[in-house]
Formats: sequence, C-alpha cells, structure tokens
Amino acid sequence: MSGLKYTKEHEWISVEGGVGTVGITPFAQEQLGDVVFVELPEVGRKAEQGKEIAVVESVKAASEIYAPVSGEVVEVNKGLPDTPATVNSDPLGNGWFFKIRLADAGQLAKLMDEATYKSFCEGLH
Amino acid sequence: MVDQPPPQTFTGNRGLVIEEPLIFEQDMAGRTGVDLPEPAKGKDRLGGLRRKTAIGLPGLAEPQVVRHYTRLSQKNYAIDMGIYPLGSCTMKHNPRLNEKMARLPGLGDLHPLQPISTVQGALELIDRLAHWLKTLTGMPAVAMSPGAGAHGELCGVMAIRAALDHRGEKRHRILVPESAHGTNPATAAACGFEVEPIPADHRGRVDFAAMQAKLGPDVAGIMITNPNTCGLFENDFARIAEAVHKAGGFVYGDGANFNAIVGRVRPGDLGVDCMHINLHKTFSTPHGGGGPGSGPVVLSAALAPFAPIPYVVHGAEGFRLVEHDDGGASFGRLKGFHGQMGMFIRALAYMLSHGADGLRQASGDAVLNANYLMASLADEITPAFDGPCMHEALFDDRFLKDTGVTTLDFAKAMIDEGFHPMTMYFPLVVHGALLMEPTETESKDSLDQFIGALRDLARRAKSGEAAAFHEAPRLAPRRRLDETTAARRPVLRWHPNNAQGRAAE
Amino acid sequence: MRYLPLTEVERRAMLARIGAPSIESLYRDVPEFARLPEPVDLPPHQGELGVEREIGALAAKNMGSAAVPSFLGAGAYRHHVPAAVDHLIQRGEFLTSYTPYQPEITQGTLQYLFEFQTQICLITGMEVANASMYDGATATAEAVMMANRVTRRKRAVLSGNLHPHYREVTATHARFLDFHLELGAPDPAGAEDLISRINADTSCVVVQNPDFFGNLRDWRALGEACHKAGALLVVVVTEPVSLGLVEPPGAMGADIVTAEGQPIGNALSFGGPYVGLFATREKYVRQMPGRLVGETSDADGKRGWVLTLSTREQHIRREKATSNICTNSGLCALAFTIHLTLLGEAGFTRLAELNHRAAVGLAERLDAIPGCRIVNASFFNEFTVALPKPAADVVEAMARRRILAGVPVSRLHPDRPELANHLLVAVTECASEADQDALVAGLKETVHG
Repeated sequence: MSGLKYTKEHEWISVEGGVGTVGITPFAQEQLGDVVFVELPEVGRKAEQGKEIAVVESVKAASEIYAPVSGEVVEVNKGLPDTPATVNSDPLGNGWFFKIRLADAGQLAKLMDEATYKSFCEGLH
Repeated sequence: MVDQPPPQTFTGNRGLVIEEPLIFEQDMAGRTGVDLPEPAKGKDRLGGLRRKTAIGLPGLAEPQVVRHYTRLSQKNYAIDMGIYPLGSCTMKHNPRLNEKMARLPGLGDLHPLQPISTVQGALELIDRLAHWLKTLTGMPAVAMSPGAGAHGELCGVMAIRAALDHRGEKRHRILVPESAHGTNPATAAACGFEVEPIPADHRGRVDFAAMQAKLGPDVAGIMITNPNTCGLFENDFARIAEAVHKAGGFVYGDGANFNAIVGRVRPGDLGVDCMHINLHKTFSTPHGGGGPGSGPVVLSAALAPFAPIPYVVHGAEGFRLVEHDDGGASFGRLKGFHGQMGMFIRALAYMLSHGADGLRQASGDAVLNANYLMASLADEITPAFDGPCMHEALFDDRFLKDTGVTTLDFAKAMIDEGFHPMTMYFPLVVHGALLMEPTETESKDSLDQFIGALRDLARRAKSGEAAAFHEAPRLAPRRRLDETTAARRPVLRWHPNNAQGRAAE
Repeated sequence: MRYLPLTEVERRAMLARIGAPSIESLYRDVPEFARLPEPVDLPPHQGELGVEREIGALAAKNMGSAAVPSFLGAGAYRHHVPAAVDHLIQRGEFLTSYTPYQPEITQGTLQYLFEFQTQICLITGMEVANASMYDGATATAEAVMMANRVTRRKRAVLSGNLHPHYREVTATHARFLDFHLELGAPDPAGAEDLISRINADTSCVVVQNPDFFGNLRDWRALGEACHKAGALLVVVVTEPVSLGLVEPPGAMGADIVTAEGQPIGNALSFGGPYVGLFATREKYVRQMPGRLVGETSDADGKRGWVLTLSTREQHIRREKATSNICTNSGLCALAFTIHLTLLGEAGFTRLAELNHRAAVGLAERLDAIPGCRIVNASFFNEFTVALPKPAADVVEAMARRRILAGVPVSRLHPDRPELANHLLVAVTECASEADQDALVAGLKETVHG
C-alpha cells in the first residue's frame, strides 16, 4: 500500500492509474464497533468530494461515508454487504467499499498523509 | 468463597423463572380460547374476496394463554418492582386509581364519532385537563392531540413553521443544543429544517455566546430542554428566549424534564412559545413497556392560531369539537380522531389526586431525591458538573478510568443487584454518561439501598474486579445478548419451517 | 400525600447530607422572578373518593356505546374483548415497565412483541412487521414517506375512499416535507380508477380495504400497474378483523400494509390510545420506521430477543433518522396480541364470519326500509346507507332515542353535499338481535318522521 491518503471523516483512498480504492480506517471501524450493514453506491454514480456516497452501520451507530475525491464510481466491493464483519477485520484490505475514477487528481493534495492523519486521530478525545 | 454454578434442571426452569416457548410452538389445530356461536349459513357479499388460504395463527385455550403471558411478565423489571432510575424518563409510581378511572363506563366505551350531544362529559374532561396544563405552564393555549412526546415535538415545530409561512418568512435553520435528545434534531429535519448544533459550556449549560453567534434572519428558532438533559436548570433561559425573539425566531421547549419544576416554575414566564408535555412522565400515565404516551403542547398567543385540529371549544351551548379548519390557520391534523383520551383521564386523575399543593411537593421531592443521590455518591462516582442538580443526577466515567470496567459493564452489574440500570451514554456531551432520575415516589429507604449497592459496585470496579463486571449479568433471566448477530442477520418473525425460528440460510 | 413517601424527618436528614438548608435552596439556578412563591391557582389534593366523584360526574354526562344499541365504525370498531386481556395487561410487570433497552430484564416485553410482529405478518400476508406505531393514520403517513425514500420520488396518489383522517394526517406531513399528494374524490360505490393516475413520478398509490364506505376490492391489477411503473402499493386496513375472512393485502401485491389495531383487544376510549400496525417486504426493512424486535441468543446460548436495526432510529441517527418516532404503542400492542392469541385461527376466522353474517342480514333489512338504499355491492361488517334526508339529523334523532345509529359521512366529508344523506353503519358480534331490531324500527320512524 503506497501513499494512502486520509480524510477528516476517516476514509482512506489508494490511487493507482487514475482510479482510487476507498474504505474506512482502522480507527473508524474501532469507533463504530461491530459493523452490521453497509450500503454501497451504484456503479456509474457521480461523486462529489466531501458529499455522502455510502453508509456504514454498527449496532450502536450509523455513519455516512463521504467521497474523498470527485469522480465516477467504477466498481463496488460486491461481497461486502454479505460479510460486513470484514470492515472490522480488514479495513485497509478486503474491507474496501468502492473504486472511483478521479475527475481531478489535484484534489488529493487537500487530503492528509499517514503521519498527519495519525496525529489528527491522537488529537481527538 | 467459590462461586458454584447454579444446578441444571430438566425443564431449564430456575425456580420461579420459567422458560416459556413462543405461542406458535404451542399450537393445536382447532383449539381456541374464545367461545363464539356457530355462524348461520348464507350467501356472502365479499365481492369474491373470501380468503383462500389459512392464516397460520396458533390455537391455545385460555389457561395456556394466561400462563403464557404471566410467565412472560415475570421476566420483566418494572416500577412496581423497584427503582427505575432512567434519566429524563421520570419513572414514577403509576397509581391504580388512574386505571380504574380510565375504564369507567361512559368513558372507556365512548366511540370517537358519537354525536357531540352524547359526549359532553368527555369534552369537558379534555377541557379541564387543558386548563390544568395551561395554568401549570402559564400558557394561554394547548394542543391536546399529539400521541406521544416526539409527536408533540412535531406539533410544536410544525406550528413554528406554519407561523413563519404565514409571515412569509423563509427561515430554514433551527438551533439545537448538542445535549438534546435525539428526537429534537430528527423532528426538526422532519419539518424541513436544517439543524445547527450549539455546544454546551463548561457548566453543562447552553453556551450563550455560541448560541447568539448563530442567530440570524435565517434562524427559525431554538429547541431547548429545561431543565436540560444534564439535569441542570438553564440559568440563561430567559435571556436566550429574549435573544431568539429579538432575532425573529421562536422558542420550542422540550418538556421532558418538567417534573423538576411543575408547580414551582412556569415555562411561559421564561419565554417559551410552545412546549410539549409528556403525560407519561410528569403526570404518571404508565409507560406500558414502550407506550402509549401522550404529548399535549402548550402554545403562546403567537402560535395558538396554527394549532392542529381537532380541538375543544366551550361555548354558550356547551362543548364542541372543531374537526375541520374552515379557512382558519391550523397547520392540519396530526393524528386519527382526537388524542389519547385514555391517557387524559389518567393524567387528570393524577392531577386531581395531587392538587396544586401535591404537585409542588412532588417536584420538590424529586429534586431533593436526585441531590441526595448526587451527594451520597459523589465521592465514589464522578459527578459530571458541580451541583446542585435538578431532578436527575449526571455522572461520567472518570471514576472507571484504568479499571477495565466501562459504563455498560457497570450497568449490567447493577442488574444482578436487582436494579434496572440508569440511562447510559446520554447525553452525548459527557463521556460514558450515567444519568439517574429517582423521582419523588422513591422512599429514603429505597434510595439508601440503591446508594449502598452503587458505592459497593464502584469500590469493586476500582479494586480490579473487572472480570466479574464483564460477566454480568449472571442472575437475570438472560445473560448479555448478541446484538451484533441480531443486526447482521435479522430474524424478525417466527417461521413455521424451522423450530428455532430462523429461516434456512 | 399518599403517593409521596418522604416524611419531614427524612427530608431534614437528606438536606443535611446534601448540605443545603431547604428544598427551595436547590432551585437557586432559577431566576428569582420565575420562582412561584406559592402553589398555583388550582384545587388542592383529594383522596380517591373525591377523585372518583369528580371523574364519575364527567362520565355520567356521556352516553357510553356499550350501554345502548351501537352501530358506529368509520375507523374505530367495538368488539368483545375477553376478560383475561384486561387482567393480563394490568399486571405491573407489563403496565409499569419501560421500553426494553436492557434486554436481559425485559424478555417478557421483547417476546410478546416478537409474537406480535409475527401475527401481523400472518394476518396481512406480509414478510416483516414492526412493533407498532401510534395509530393507523400516522402509520399511513409514515408509509407514504417510506415509499418516497424507497423510490426516491415525491408524488403519492391517495384513493378518494381512504379514511379522511388518514388523508389529512398524510397531507400535514406532505406540507412540511415538500412532497405532493394527488387526492381522489370519494366514491361510495367504490369504482374509482387509480391505474390511470400512475406515472413516472409516482412513489406509491394508497388504497383502503375495506374502504371508507365499506367496499371490498381486489387490488391485484393496481399492484401490478404500480410495480410496472416502479411505484409501491400501500394498502390500509382500518378494521383488521376483516383479515379473518378477506384476502389479505399481501396476496394482492401490497408493498406496505398499515392498519389500525384498536378493534382487536383495545377499548374505543373516545379515539385513543390506539395502535398502528405496519408491515412491508423484507427487502425494505431498513427503510421501515418504528421499533423492531429480533431473535438472537445470549452468552449461555439460550434463545432471546432484542431491539434491533436501531440505527434507523432517532436516538442514534438524529437528524438523519427514518422518522422522529421514539415510542410504539406497547400496552395496546400487548392487548392486541393477547386477544388474537386467545382467538387463534379458529376463533379469529369464526369472529370474522359472524361479523359478516350480521352485516349481510342487517343490510338486507335496512335496504328494505322505504327510501333507504344500501350503496355497496360488497362489504365486510360496515356499509353505507343512502337515506332520504340528511344523515346527521337522523343520527341526532336516533341518539335522542338512545340508539347510536351510525356515523354520518358528512361528519368526515363536510364539503361534499352530495354525501350529506349517506350513513355509515357498522355491525359487530356485539350487536344483539334486539339491538338490530331497535335500529331498524327506529330508522323506519325517523327517516319518515
């Protein structure tokens, strides 16, 4: 995993060949507790940076997932809705949510790198 | 002393706690608990829509049915059994006189659409209750029809929106304190508003400066609970109301905590434009395992014209029910028929029993009991804010730091001691919140026992007994239940093709 | 005061522990001007006897529908509730318990709600049901809002024969949430065409069966037309006893069923508290409002129940909740489920048959009265009679004879002069032969008097 970028809403994105894979971070899945449900966007959906794109639910909380960048959803993790526990066990790997073709690679500059995200999380209560 | 596991039994029963299967697992075809005459034969006029298949309802006789529900009831905790210290729920004693009154012939058997001339006493009862509610709150009008607290919130916020629409003003934001109950922002959103959260200050009250900074011509008003969900009186309430009014907005009061001040303070004097009252909290109508409630809403003169239909009016010829708006400004109907009459009767019986003097004594005792809890626990369990509190005492989980015991574990251990836990993790503004409301109907003996048990639990948590807390409860009819699997693979009904009730996977 | 256990001695000891001089001092955060110096201007406390007298006096001014021949329906129906029901719901463990948020000590409530949810699925023919709502009207408004969410559309078509209160409550929500309702005109003959009103913006079509005037209809074709257009079919049932005899909405292609549960287990109580029933397809369960009970197991592997899918609800989702609802109608749902359990398959179907038989017989007799005509071709236990004069006047005259003859349609449709002579008559197993004779004789005289 080279050069993961992070958002303040605890999403991660890994870009390769203009397509970014998106999921939620280990910190996020720990805050949520056991994930019971995920709602993925439809393939072809146009996403806008910072706007809602998916939903993740645990027993005690429900959270929107916001698109880290603008673009078009080209693939979703079809198996995830049947095995939501994967978000907890492998959030950076098999727990990915969707892949998005970036409309503007420049938007990545607004996101945090690993070190910045780590200190961001430490700063939260 | 070694903890022996309890003995196994053939039946799975444990003394008086009986394992009871589902009614569907006790079915015998043709059996029934009701004797009905044989219907005469004849042509039907069902338009060819007679049912073609069996329904699948189980058949049990009356003795089995009585036993079934009796056994189920024995697995429930209840106010009749012990202290139920849920914050902001006001779990006070439910007087049985109220049940008798609600069932009187001439009240319980009234059809809502009987001719008005045949229900004058019913309308008078609603009017009398309305009078008590208006007098206690210092407000000129009241909408009686909302069916629950959250429904009353909807009524109040809809009235505000209707008033703004009438003025021709488009204000699309509502201010809601972060400590607010979840129904507040949900209600605001249900009326088409955007929610603007307001933080609490270090004293647990609404941050006045932060609130004022958010006021503007696009703010419809504020939804504010007083006393608030931290159990504290909002000292600045009148100032807040004044500021909101000056900015052209309205003040919605969430009356969930009215029990702290009933008979001592009138919300109308503090500047509310509307306030819902939970009859099932302050006025003792029973919680019934989750309802029914009743949420009448007192209204200011500014909002009264927009009140929902129907409402009772008193004229020279007696009482009338206004059921249609006829060119008026009412925002519409909120519920079928006229409101929760069964709860009106119970609440009026409660008010008549207490009287003005008794209600004042009740709120004072409620506040006394909560402060007694706070003072008796403060050295073992960390209070969230400096006292005094109102009718409920708020603690946080600082006392559990580094013990490996969470607020949840602590609550589950209370169950083994014979208590229903207090409210946990609410309000959100405090970490690991424990919110306790004893109410005025707890005796000092009951409180002393409760205090003793909590102090003991706190000491045990701090002396490294975390493992025991994680195992709790051990003595309840069920241990901790797997809520994750329940949500991941929901089984929401019994299925005939699987004895365990789970559809084949 | 009998409900307040603290004595003066105890209060003083408690104040000493707190370190406060008086109860009044605990109110120091209340601004001086807002503190009432003495009790408000309302009567002082009373013993039970005094309260019984006062409320009894109010009751005595009413004509209880159990005391006279009574044929009132229009969304609330009087059936005989077995004595065991009222005894069981008054057990303190049911009456004075709270929402089952601590499942280990509320398995009683959770199990009966699970059984209730199952019974609703069985009688409506649907896949999943919630643990009840405030009443049929608010449940119907919630169903329309759910259909809007599911289809992402904003236009709902409501049958003109939907109970007016249900239409009005839905309209209130539509006004504030900015979705549109297309309303049909009431049609006592029950022949309105709804299929032609479906278009690509339609989220749902809402019909009632039996409808407000009593008509029964097969809504299968409408269901198919809805689904073809990507819309949902919502079927409302205001008299659930009809489900003992009539094809259920689930068999007609309904996507959501809402109903008023009052007729089973619950008193008329002048309109409330009642209990809303709500059922839908499993695929829509996450969009369904209200509480849900699900089966699971505990740490010892024993079967148990919990509230589940709670993240739809206000206490977690806050402004993004599916609804702001915080309660169900617990005790009314309990009364419903106990009554239905006592009836069972044999009792429930027989009860429905008895109701229909009585209605068929009474309809024939009323139709034979000169000047009176039964409007419906089909009905369950309620039908519409066209009288030769305004129904409201007839009902008043009958009330003076101590007979509650029915509900004039004009009470709920005051703006429809063409319906002023129409009377809704409901007959259940509670109406004896003598009651029916009194109605027929009384009407004969009144309509021609």
